[in-house]
Amino acid sequence: MTYHNPQTVPRQSATFDDYALSEIRRAAATGIYDIRGGGSKRRVPHFDDLLFLGASISRYPLEGYREKCTTSVTLGTRFAKKPIELKIPITIAGMSFGALSANAKEALGRGASIAGTSTTTGDGGMTPEERGQSKTLVYQYLPSRYGMNPDDLRKADAIEVVVGQGAKPGGGGMLLGQKISDRVAEMRNLPKGIDQRSACRHPDWTGPDDLEIKILELREITEWEKPIYVKVGGTRPYYDTALAIKAGADVVVLDGMQGGTAATQEVFIENVGLPTLACIRPAVQALQDLGMHRKVQLIVSGGIRTGADAAKALALGADAVSIGIAALAALGDNDPALDDEYRKLGTRAGCYDDWHEGRDPAGITTQDPALSQRLDPVRAGRRLANYLKVMTLEIQTVARAAGHNHIHNLEPEDLCALTLEAAAMARVPLAGTDWYPGKPGASGF
Amino acid sequence: MRTIDLTKSNIRELNEELHRQGGGANEDSWEVLNPRGAHAVAVGVDAPISISVKGSVGYYCGGMNKQAQVTVHGSAGPGVAENMMSGKVVIKGDASQYAGATGRGGLLVIEGNASSRCGISMKGIDIVVKGNIGHMSAFMAQSGHLVVCGDAGDALGDSLYEAKLFVRGSVKSLGADCVEKDMRPEHHAALTKLLKDAGITDIKPDEFKRYGSARKLYNFNIDNADAY
Ligand SMILES: Cc1cc2nc3c(=O)[nH]c(=O)nc-3n(C[C@H](O)[C@H](O)[C@H](O)COP(=O)(O)O)c2cc1C
Repeated sequence: MTYHNPQTVPRQSATFDDYALSEIRRAAATGIYDIRGGGSKRRVPHFDDLLFLGASISRYPLEGYREKCTTSVTLGTRFAKKPIELKIPITIAGMSFGALSANAKEALGRGASIAGTSTTTGDGGMTPEERGQSKTLVYQYLPSRYGMNPDDLRKADAIEVVVGQGAKPGGGGMLLGQKISDRVAEMRNLPKGIDQRSACRHPDWTGPDDLEIKILELREITEWEKPIYVKVGGTRPYYDTALAIKAGADVVVLDGMQGGTAATQEVFIENVGLPTLACIRPAVQALQDLGMHRKVQLIVSGGIRTGADAAKALALGADAVSIGIAALAALGDNDPALDDEYRKLGTRAGCYDDWHEGRDPAGITTQDPALSQRLDPVRAGRRLANYLKVMTLEIQTVARAAGHNHIHNLEPEDLCALTLEAAAMARVPLAGTDWYPGKPGASGF
Repeated sequence: MRTIDLTKSNIRELNEELHRQGGGANEDSWEVLNPRGAHAVAVGVDAPISISVKGSVGYYCGGMNKQAQVTVHGSAGPGVAENMMSGKVVIKGDASQYAGATGRGGLLVIEGNASSRCGISMKGIDIVVKGNIGHMSAFMAQSGHLVVCGDAGDALGDSLYEAKLFVRGSVKSLGADCVEKDMRPEHHAALTKLLKDAGITDIKPDEFKRYGSARKLYNFNIDNADAY
């Protein structure tokens, strides 16, 4: 008689799942860390974990489409002679020419200008396409200083000193050889085709005291006209915000860990930084402690997709939000219509993140002339404008429902949290209670 | 000649006046008195004028300079002539950290010593130092020339791109991917011109060694991981 060992069904380890194993095999085969674009793909507490309360007997709502709910934002009122006026509280985040095609940059400029907001240069300098199409253009001052020059500085409407990015706080830029075309190489003053790693720290200042002098220099060069932003990745938002204010910033840009990047090590994207949700209240606290809330403006980014996300960030105290990945999606990135082509690259629509390889079938994250050609900057710009307008309407819808005639009147009291984690991070009560972990005076924590 | 005394005027007034120069009705000779270590002296100037600063300056003197000739009769704080585009900045004394950082053109002459990170991330500027330079100089230097008549500190030219480095004295250590290279006739000629432009007549180009990038880190290779 043969003995049959009863079998269990095959079971995969939750720890060593398909992705983890594929990464081990990938590392073993290639000997290089995984580099990709996009933002953190793991689930972290986010705006989805908050809800608006809406109006009730104690608060009355405003009539949709009839009673005004203003969305304009002024940035740079602290020191700049020429503050920036935006019609909507959503800006286009800094994304470099190099990472993006010239057509994509132009499309961003067109879309933002139609919608009444600003775009931002990136780690590669200012292109005439972008300056030409962007009514309001923020010029980034980055550690690499590629293409930096006083003429572009003066052409800008604001200057953003980049200290860090949410996708890689503490890391520098990367642009791999495939994307260093002649034009990109020339703008960055680098040999063509090399794997270019930009510095993670500014070459001529370290620390808040130096930053104050650096800001003074930039203001002197530009006659104190331009708002000066300081952009930080979400790590120590209370202190970074306080130090940026002390150093003389007009605007603080705070980018949480979900924030996108053009190319960074996966280990960085998924394992370094604070979720956007956890960044906002400490930053607002710093502004309030220094008496600077609404005097120094706070722009929040990292995983903003909808008007609801934006409205929640505003309710937590931000003055505006900024978008990267969502703007690229509006232009046509990861569109299911291109699924066949994504599959040829070993991925599928919605998952494509090898932006560093420069083979983007949508013509956005590439320097290949044939691929870039595919993106019509006028049409793509229109799509972005539509999307920005929808987001703005959504913010207004929520704000009116909460009884506010300006989006800046949204407040934490309009919110509740679905999870304990979100309640603790956003410092708003767990739904149905008047309590959140860490609430001053609350017992049991 | 126009004189601006920084005990009577502030930095804003100084820079505003200097920025008004250019395009015709120039006062082409300027003297700045009593800088007393002020920051951002003569930054963002874009005119073919000469500016003589009588004393020592703080951070970023001559920052983003275009066309102007700035002479500091004293020492300079961090980031002197940072991101200079063209023109000439001369420091009669010593210079602190990051001298000539990210500079894209023009000539920076330091008659004394320069500190650490001299020529960091330089992108086309020429820098001539009569004395010594500190550690990590020419870090990630992309293009341009750095000439050192004295000695260089640790990790010279770390992660160097295409900048050319000439050192007359000793080099304490070379940074990752920086190697000694042959002095070919074109280098000799470039060095001769730079020494001349810097007003150095008593030192000969033959006394220098040339350093540059081995270009081994240009494309990622895991076997170079120690250098990253
Ligand atoms: C393609 C791409 C390129 C980027 N390039 C830069 C850059 O050059 N400088 C910078 O500060 N941030 C850069 N970022 C980050 C964005 O400015 C912004 O912080 C981020 O995209 C916001 O998060 P979100 O993408 O989730 O909206 C880039 C992001 C993307 C997606």
